[in-house]
Amino acid sequence: MSEPTVQPTTGQPVKLRKSSRRQARAASARDSTALLLRTDGLTRHFKIGGGLHRRTLHAVDDVNLNIGTGEIVALVGESGSGKSTIARLLARTYRPTAGEIYLQGRRLSEIRSRTDLLAYRSDVPMVFQDPFSSINPVFRVSHGIERCLKLHRPELNGAERRAEAIRIFDVVGLTPGADVLERFPHELSGGQRQRVGFAQALAMRPKLILADEPVSMLDVSIRIGLLNLMTKLRDEEGVSILYITHDIASARYIADRIIVMYAGHIAESGPVEDVLTRPRHPYTQLLVSAVPDPRAELNVGADTDRGEPPRVIDPTPGCRFRWRCPLAIDVCHQVTPPLLELLPDHSAACHVATANEELKAFV
Amino acid sequence: MSSALADDLGRAQATTGDPILTVDDISVEYATKQGNVRAVDHVSFDLGRGEFIGIVGESGCGKSTLLFAIAQLLSPPAGIVGGSVVFKGVSMVGMTDSQLAAVRWKDLSVVMQSAMNALNPVKSIRAQFADAMRAHGVKSKTEIADRSAHVLKMVGIDAEHLRSYPHQLSGGMRQRAMIAMALLFTPDLVIMDEPTSALDVVAQRSLMVQIKELQAELGFSIIFVTHDMSLVRHFSDRVMVMYAGQVAELGVTSRVFGAPLHPYTIGLMDAFPSIKGPRVPLTGIPGQPPNLLAAPEGCMFAPRCPKVMEACKTVDPPLYLVEGTEVRCLLYEDGIAP
Repeated sequence: MSEPTVQPTTGQPVKLRKSSRRQARAASARDSTALLLRTDGLTRHFKIGGGLHRRTLHAVDDVNLNIGTGEIVALVGESGSGKSTIARLLARTYRPTAGEIYLQGRRLSEIRSRTDLLAYRSDVPMVFQDPFSSINPVFRVSHGIERCLKLHRPELNGAERRAEAIRIFDVVGLTPGADVLERFPHELSGGQRQRVGFAQALAMRPKLILADEPVSMLDVSIRIGLLNLMTKLRDEEGVSILYITHDIASARYIADRIIVMYAGHIAESGPVEDVLTRPRHPYTQLLVSAVPDPRAELNVGADTDRGEPPRVIDPTPGCRFRWRCPLAIDVCHQVTPPLLELLPDHSAACHVATANEELKAFV
Repeated sequence: MSSALADDLGRAQATTGDPILTVDDISVEYATKQGNVRAVDHVSFDLGRGEFIGIVGESGCGKSTLLFAIAQLLSPPAGIVGGSVVFKGVSMVGMTDSQLAAVRWKDLSVVMQSAMNALNPVKSIRAQFADAMRAHGVKSKTEIADRSAHVLKMVGIDAEHLRSYPHQLSGGMRQRAMIAMALLFTPDLVIMDEPTSALDVVAQRSLMVQIKELQAELGFSIIFVTHDMSLVRHFSDRVMVMYAGQVAELGVTSRVFGAPLHPYTIGLMDAFPSIKGPRVPLTGIPGQPPNLLAAPEGCMFAPRCPKVMEACKTVDPPLYLVEGTEVRCLLYEDGIAP
């Protein structure tokens, strides 16, 4: 409400600052300190209940994550582990309770003006899970993408916008672009609609695409195509992608690094191949062992885990996996394990793993 | 490997000897403004006592419609236009509602996809269990209470939770409660429509193991519908792959996974990235399933098939029997694998 009235007086200097920042950002991208986005102690709590029943749900607690330039990072975990909350924090639909997000060294909490926010949103767009409800059904698909272009790239005129839209549709595999642009969403299949979602994100010339379960609603025969598209965007367009999923096999297929979340904490992070072949955290071992693999024999023992992740309400210190962990020791009940680098670039938050090189909780 | 295969074959023969359910040439059509859509097209299979059959396919392939046709749950605009369903020697097609009511829950129960929607949100688990039992003539309050507590314990939930409402249970527990409800009368056949699709991998595996244990204990047969092929790999005796309303391939699970015959099955298998072994680029299956309103002439899969031949575009392939596996593909016209 107050923003538009303040804008005229401060608008001019802000714009100048922004353009100089743009140049600085471009320069820093060139000398490429590979780091693109970093969070520092990112925390988000939700208040639930009222009056005497007032409690706090810890959705995301003290998360430090790094995303490099031109990198696909997979964020995996069970439902309720906080992975979608992280996506919303990064998309700035939620404000963090504590902690900070840095995009190329710039604090997100410093964003005040609408233009800055718009610039951030075009740098970090989101692709949603459900391609059937995320596209407006009453407009042709050209409407959405041209609106993105109009809003975020005002330098383009109508004809250029159309040409750019066609180019982007070609990139995401919607060919012939000119023809597909004139269709309505209901004329497209689920896979094609999700490609429209990626096209809209791509129209903003993003640095990082937040993809929240982008393939989970699609048919298995279509999924691979979308996964391949994401690797293509990374390799050819240089975009980083945060790929949020509960499907570890697909994370392994496309991601460079993987972050495993459990109950609002990062349990383990590192290069995807390292983490999945040598999981250090017992929870990662459990996850890896539970993935159905038609090519391997099933191994289920009497000790097969049947637990469920906790809802983290007013937690006490200690490891959040301790109730399900066969290796839990006393200290796990008292001290929250910090995320420590146990192998080069491979970190885990586990007291037992820190002390023991070759722990095996779930085979 | 070969001995395991022989084991599986032996079991499949033993179970098919005395079918509890015979689905014969069933077809289901949906009436739409643009014309009738055949969602299930001449599907036949037998289900033995204590057998676990997995039905896999993509959305829109007719797997859920087939399931509804078996359980007689179809409502207009869908209807069975041909074929029969014989369950325990009695034809189910054309049964009246009161005849069906006697069979449902007691002999045949269905576990739906989303437990949150299938359970009544404003009634406790206890009330819902009691409701189902009273509807089938159980009057004694102690019997209802005992049986409810017993089935809940069977699926690994504390009887304490009989007092809980669905929203107080986690997704995995709700799904287990649904399965407990399906087992109230120890039915002979439990039909499951993607019961694990809302669960994460750990809860999914634990539920599958539980289902298998209950089956071993109680001896019911299972029809398990899923879109995730890898899920039934270790749990089903036979697997049926559906495409565009038809059976594409039907055979012993270890066979279908070990040596898939239909190009669609092969494509599906290659569409799953693996968590082990080398990271290889996958291609999936190009294109999309046919629009059944304007079904292609000849083989339904021909437009997407990597092995398509000239004949595929005109000839509608029948099911060929290749070493015990039924497969709908002209490659197997001579009855042998090429």
